[in-house]
Amino acid sequence: MANLNIKDRPAGDVTILDLSGKITIGEGSVQLREAVRRLLDEGKKKILLNLGDVSYVDSSGIGELVSSYTTTNHNGGQLKLLNQTKKIHDLLTITKLLTVFESFDNESAAVSSFK
Amino acid sequence: MTRLVTTLLVARFDQGLIRLIRKASREPMTETIELSIDSKLEFVDTVASVTKSVTAKMGFEEEDASWIELAVHEAVINAIMHGNKSAAEKQVDVRFVTEQDSLTVFVRDYGAGFDPSQLPDPTNSDNLLNPSGRGIFYMRTFMDEVEHSIHPQGGSVVRMRKVKRTS
Repeated sequence: MANLNIKDRPAGDVTILDLSGKITIGEGSVQLREAVRRLLDEGKKKILLNLGDVSYVDSSGIGELVSSYTTTNHNGGQLKLLNQTKKIHDLLTITKLLTVFESFDNESAAVSSFK
Repeated sequence: MTRLVTTLLVARFDQGLIRLIRKASREPMTETIELSIDSKLEFVDTVASVTKSVTAKMGFEEEDASWIELAVHEAVINAIMHGNKSAAEKQVDVRFVTEQDSLTVFVRDYGAGFDPSQLPDPTNSDNLLNPSGRGIFYMRTFMDEVEHSIHPQGGSVVRMRKVKRTS
């Protein structure tokens, strides 16, 4: 079974990626990277990562969130976070990454925040 | 060691890929559990299972237990990727020493060693968007003591200690 399951769904011109499972070194990180890359290749540049069902993240997973953010920016897009778990929030806080990511607890507010 | 972890490990034992030793110590209330894995990412979850079992048995609070699990995970990943350079035949040795009020974990690789003082600060604004370089920072944040050294017979050793919180 895959470490990370990713399902995408549209919300207007925003694409929400619902992630469940682990974003860790190896498979999970690679899956996230490929999913974001695929959306960018399809011209879908408004990406919202729903992290509510992510059970575990390591430093590699946090690094992959950063990479996804920078890759999306470099392609003229925007990537934001939805429903951070407490653990992800703590990991982002400790490494001062909360200042980097725009993050939401409410999906409709997150979707309407995209320009 | 719980029956659950023992069950998880049986298949790996059969393949000769993991060795697990439980030692009674001369010190009262002290126990040592040793685990060796080949340098393959697929075995990292097995180390996590043992870590969970040890912290649960010791009665660590759930949040502390999850951070200890992450710190051990990061140390083992570093040993595999940076120490042993993913050479599968090189071992990573993990030793848990449980005492009444604390857990000490040693993770050893068989690589060339490295100088942790040379690591850039991941919270520096110039490094914030680096995709890597946070593992040791998390280990130092979540454990009470983290110390890197060179093993006399070669390779690196990281020693991490976490004291149980008294409620």
